[in-house]
Amino acid sequence: MPILTFIIVAVIKIALALFVLLTAVAYTVWLERKVVGHMQNRWGPTRVGPFGLLQPAADGVKFLFKEDLTPPHVYRPLFIAAPMIAVIFAITSIAVIPFGNSLHVGSITTPMQITDVNIGLLVVLGITSLGVYGVALSGWSSNSKYSLLGGLRASAQMISYEIALGLSLIGVLILAGTFSLRGIVEAQAGHFWGFIPNWNIFRGGQFVAFFIYLMAAYAETNRIPFDLPEAETELVAGYHTEYSAMKFAMFFMAEYANMITVACLASLLFLGGWSGPIFGPQLLQDVLPLLWFALRIFAFLFIYIWVRGTLPRFRYDQLMAFGWKFLLPLAIANLVVTALIVALKS
Amino acid sequence: MLHLILFSVFALVCVAGAVNLLVQKHPINSALSLIVVMGSLAVEYLLLGAEFVAAVQIIVYAGAIMVLFVFVIMLLNAGEEEQTEGSRVAWLLGIPGMLAVTVIICWALLLHSDMGTASLGALPGPPADIAQLLFHEFLLPFEVTSVLVLIAIMGAVVLAARSESAPEAKKEG
Repeated sequence: MPILTFIIVAVIKIALALFVLLTAVAYTVWLERKVVGHMQNRWGPTRVGPFGLLQPAADGVKFLFKEDLTPPHVYRPLFIAAPMIAVIFAITSIAVIPFGNSLHVGSITTPMQITDVNIGLLVVLGITSLGVYGVALSGWSSNSKYSLLGGLRASAQMISYEIALGLSLIGVLILAGTFSLRGIVEAQAGHFWGFIPNWNIFRGGQFVAFFIYLMAAYAETNRIPFDLPEAETELVAGYHTEYSAMKFAMFFMAEYANMITVACLASLLFLGGWSGPIFGPQLLQDVLPLLWFALRIFAFLFIYIWVRGTLPRFRYDQLMAFGWKFLLPLAIANLVVTALIVALKS
Repeated sequence: MLHLILFSVFALVCVAGAVNLLVQKHPINSALSLIVVMGSLAVEYLLLGAEFVAAVQIIVYAGAIMVLFVFVIMLLNAGEEEQTEGSRVAWLLGIPGMLAVTVIICWALLLHSDMGTASLGALPGPPADIAQLLFHEFLLPFEVTSVLVLIAIMGAVVLAARSESAPEAKKEG
């Protein structure tokens, strides 16, 4: 591919992926309000547009025009930088996530992914591990006790659960033998016993790892039942107590973008990525995997919201005990068993 | 060419971060400068074709160790440092020492300037190569290191437990 075509294709892909991600973030908020509303016997947003579908746009306009308040006692440079850090790291990981096989337009064939790197999974883990700075620094720079407590809780919680999260993924890596996300998906192609798909959650018994990953991911994204950093009954709003207008919206966007990243990763690593029935002409064959991938992500987001509507919040000592005394040993046990099985098979 | 530009840019960022680390008065700014140094070092590793080392640099140093630094600074709520003139020993020994080290490094580089250039990908960089090295050639040092880390973990647990409840620890021991 000539360099100019490459650059044009890359720019188009980046713009498209960003647009889809940000739209998805906005509509995940809508979905959450709607679903939680129905779970609580309410309607959720209904006023703006049919089914309240234009609510995200209205919210965005509201956030833009609200007064951006900076309290006098904050440490200004970091107070301003923190929401940007949060949202930048939340969005960056989309760069290595594959969405489908490849797209054929005329003579150009391009993978449905911004870039395929052979350490894709490590890149995602690295970027998400940097995301904690947004939360921690906002808590510290706000110079208020609720924010500080929220920031401290968030950094302790994210470091603790990162370990269980990382260890739960190693079983998948042993089975696939590569860090490339595309490679991991390709390793899950095909069926066994005729009909059960070769997904990691079925084959190789990675369902234990799947549940460890799911729980650790809830803690990483600060969602109920692990939303201690922003527990409103104790901390007002935790690390973003002092934020208003667009800065507050940035934390919101970061949280939902992180949820989508987690859902993408769970589908890619455990549920076969974009695999599903493919038929029809070339264009349909190219686009159908996108649909199967989006369906999985939707399912994960729905479970997120479902859990939010169902479970109460953990106490802080319970959270730490659960992470260190239950998830971590379980993840190590899963790793040892998987390694033994793979070693005995080969 | 692009390589050279990227290398120079991130080398400059790295040095600037290191200088800023020393100049800043507030500990949290210093800690953030150190994160910049770690990040730009990771980019330099990436430019050398050591992608695994680069990723680990980010995950371990920038993502875990520096978070703990920031965490401690936040927990202690450390304020601005008082600036002093600095000790006389530091001025007398530090600057000549720095000059001497710089001269030695330059001399060593100039002495071996005929070594030629390493081509990208000539050294083991991908995860699989690193794993081969770690688990075949350097298996014993690797395992010994893990024992060392285990001892450090046990030491940390003992220290943390003792400071919290000294009488109970004695009873159990």
